[in-house]
Amino acid sequence: MSLIQNFPFFTIILSMFSGIISFILNGKAAKWLHLLMTAAVLVMSLVTLNWCMVNNVSYTFMMGHFPAPWGNEIRVGTLEALMAVFFALLMLLSVLGGIANLDRDVQDSKKNLFYSMLDLLMASLLALIYTNDLFTAYVFIEICTLTACGLIMIQKSGRNYVSAIRYMIMSQIGSGLFLIGLSMLYSVTGHLLMTPASEALAQLAKSGSFDVPLEVILILMTVGLAVKSGLYPFHTWIPDSYGYTTPTSSAILSSLVSKGYIFLLIKLFYRTLDFNGLENGKLLDILFVLGIVGMIMGSVDAIREDNLRRMTAYSSVAQIGYIFMGIGLGTTAGVEAALFHMVSHGAMKALLFVCIPDLVDVSGGRADRAGLTGAARRNRFAGFAFTVGAMSMVGIPLLTGFVSKYLFAAAATGALRTKMLTAWIALAISTTLNCVYFLRVVLAIYTPAPEKEALAEGAAHSPVERTAMAGLIALNFALGVASPPVVWAIRSGLSMFS
Amino acid sequence: MGSSIYTNYEEIAAVLLFVIGFLNLLIQPNLVKKIIGLDVMDAAIYLFLAAKGYIAGRTAPIVTDGILSADHYINPIPAGLVLTGIVVSVSVSAVMMALTICLYREYRTLDLDEILVMLQEQETAQLQRIQRDEREGRSA
Amino acid sequence: MSRPNPSYEGSRRQKFMQWLKGEYDPSEGKLETTEPDTSLFTDSEYHEIHLYLRNEYADNEEHFRRGVRKHLTRIQKLYRLMAVITAIFMTVLLLWAVSYEPSYGDPNAPENNEVATRYIEHGLAETGAINIVAGMILDYRAFDTFGESCVLFVALCCVLILLRVDADEEAGSHAREAMFDRHFEPKNDIILQRMCRVLVPAIVIFGIYVVLNGHLSPGGGFSGGAIIGTGLILYLTAFGFANTERFMTEKVARLFSVAALTFYCFAKSYSFYTGANHLPSVISTGTPGAILSAGLIVYLNICVGIVVACTMYSFYVLFRKGGY
Repeated sequence: MSLIQNFPFFTIILSMFSGIISFILNGKAAKWLHLLMTAAVLVMSLVTLNWCMVNNVSYTFMMGHFPAPWGNEIRVGTLEALMAVFFALLMLLSVLGGIANLDRDVQDSKKNLFYSMLDLLMASLLALIYTNDLFTAYVFIEICTLTACGLIMIQKSGRNYVSAIRYMIMSQIGSGLFLIGLSMLYSVTGHLLMTPASEALAQLAKSGSFDVPLEVILILMTVGLAVKSGLYPFHTWIPDSYGYTTPTSSAILSSLVSKGYIFLLIKLFYRTLDFNGLENGKLLDILFVLGIVGMIMGSVDAIREDNLRRMTAYSSVAQIGYIFMGIGLGTTAGVEAALFHMVSHGAMKALLFVCIPDLVDVSGGRADRAGLTGAARRNRFAGFAFTVGAMSMVGIPLLTGFVSKYLFAAAATGALRTKMLTAWIALAISTTLNCVYFLRVVLAIYTPAPEKEALAEGAAHSPVERTAMAGLIALNFALGVASPPVVWAIRSGLSMFS
Repeated sequence: MGSSIYTNYEEIAAVLLFVIGFLNLLIQPNLVKKIIGLDVMDAAIYLFLAAKGYIAGRTAPIVTDGILSADHYINPIPAGLVLTGIVVSVSVSAVMMALTICLYREYRTLDLDEILVMLQEQETAQLQRIQRDEREGRSA
Repeated sequence: MSRPNPSYEGSRRQKFMQWLKGEYDPSEGKLETTEPDTSLFTDSEYHEIHLYLRNEYADNEEHFRRGVRKHLTRIQKLYRLMAVITAIFMTVLLLWAVSYEPSYGDPNAPENNEVATRYIEHGLAETGAINIVAGMILDYRAFDTFGESCVLFVALCCVLILLRVDADEEAGSHAREAMFDRHFEPKNDIILQRMCRVLVPAIVIFGIYVVLNGHLSPGGGFSGGAIIGTGLILYLTAFGFANTERFMTEKVARLFSVAALTFYCFAKSYSFYTGANHLPSVISTGTPGAILSAGLIVYLNICVGIVVACTMYSFYVLFRKGGY
């Protein structure tokens, strides 16, 4: 086994170790350690991605001395490496983009704990991406939940405590459902690793025994992960949790945490629960319907919301709906579109959440539309960044949002006729609604407001933040213009899954 | 209904407990009761796993008298899963209790519904203040 | 018969009779009463605490009245209805699934397959642990268990963020926490202290025994660590912070936890790395049954024990006072 093949394991252990060590460092050292760690993870994931794409193989990596059905394992392929690259990149840019706000929002004595949380969140996301073991997935889901809760409440205020506890309650319901589904799966297959479990499931499906428990397991695990990622009827915690905490936390929560769960769900569908068999089931239809409802209701809620950050959070609900709609189409193309949208939504939302606070700062702390009038004239760079993010969300060509919408529409053509029509109509409605609520903000922030010129004094001029925002803008353009290699990598990675 | 319903009393008890905990977690307004519901839910899953690991007439998986036959011990895997699960549930309960303490200090109540109402009131008051400021600014 | 017995005066019998009549209190002068400790706070500060606490209860009453008057909005009612319907649906779903599951205690259930068989039949040879469960979670499936320790660590971080009172907190919150702690907690209770002198060493030694024998008998790092943590908490309850802070400060807990987790991380990384690359490992399983056998398992159990003991103690301290 070549050294490069060890890199995914190194990234997981490195981030966990940084998290542990940050506990006894001071805030500044922990910050540097976190940035270095994320950069190292990014580089190592890039090397892994390159290796996987060149050799066009996937492999499993034993965590210990014992092979598949006995010991823990991780599995590495193009898709996993690609996701790791994007997660590390978005993590790095989100932290850098909100670094001045972090210094202000987080108490000095608790900074090291915050970075410790971020390190462990990175570790848990990497483990969720790479894992080939269901129980490892459960343990790291819990780490992910707890660290996400820590990110919400790091800025201490009553409102954040309320949103943290609501987040914990919903998440624990999701974890409970996932764990009982996992226990049932273990009791009928006798395996906890994905590959042997899927073989055992194939045999069970052939012999027809345990049909009922299998169906229930599928429902429990899917609903559990959907609750945790905030699919429409379970989305009530999203606006508060994303809306009031420090911008880095909002960006990471919306662009990474929920995506980690969805990626695990896709991996489960493909690697354990036999995705092609799912096409006949009702479950994908339900996901499809909930996704469509989420797409539209999320946007409607966003229109009714006046606070810019909460509005962006509601738009996340709609985007999660897009992703589940793609999965629910029941075709490989649909899942590819969903995976691409996970990446592109991460890029868009991280950009939006990072630049909104700068606009709010030059508006005297007001986050409603009337208060934000003319904000882009007072802080031109943040205004430009917001405009790019908003255009991308709406789906203007050259930007990444357009590509994912195009992929969804194209994927719908391969699906059943009713699903195709519904998906197209929903895409059209949702895009129109997106236009309404994003363009209206863009118009507001560019409307001249001479009486507020004095507020421009408060404009942030942190070069680090600007570089990070520029990086996110570049990422939006890059994914929009040069999407084919990414789509190709997703496609080849997905074909390695089965 | 399948035939196992007449033999799986432990599992049935676990499932009922799970639903009780689940319902408590969802509809109890009191945060402490919510945490109790969460713990009941987790405990139900451990009961389910423990019941799954049991094999009639066998002993705990600790090697005694040098017997190394699989026919002599129950399945060790569910026990290991329960061990891990318990630690996770302890951690989650601790975090939720700490949050409850903070919420109580902030709002002087444990009732989540009431806290939400208070938040709503705060928000409305803030909005009214902003509107009033704007009106005054305009008139001035 | 009324001849006074010279030895009766001051004897145990006299004291007993006086106690029966209620003239004598054996605890008098031996228990610290709740007299305010004027060295800690001034009178006006104490007055403030009393006002604060009284207001708190008044607040509670007001909230209670409001809670009674409160009528739920339509959405909340709907939410409740939906929750109940979901719960009923889930009961049916889960019962339906359980009724088709393999039956209870069945040796031929699908889960009793080659995985469990290998753990039992070869576990002793491959891991050296007599306790098969310990061998399984700390060797075969060690990555899960490392994750589990990290969950506990994350929880500690979260609780520290929420409850630790730091120097840069709003002024006076440290003093307020300390005041509350003085107000509610038992103070130098002689019964508690006497019992603790006997119990705490026994509890801690039992905890250490459970940790060290984790690979030989039921128990292990988590259960043993929890027992040690309980012992420390009991000691703290009886003797107060002034005594525990001589050996258990935040710094100690922090250093111990980090050292244990770091060792755990490195030890397991070594074993994962050698395992995945098929390199020979220098760790031997030793003689089964000896205390220093089973390769890394005994050391890992010690690490987990330290982490759990420190975490449990820290939880208690943070919940009680917001700091060490």
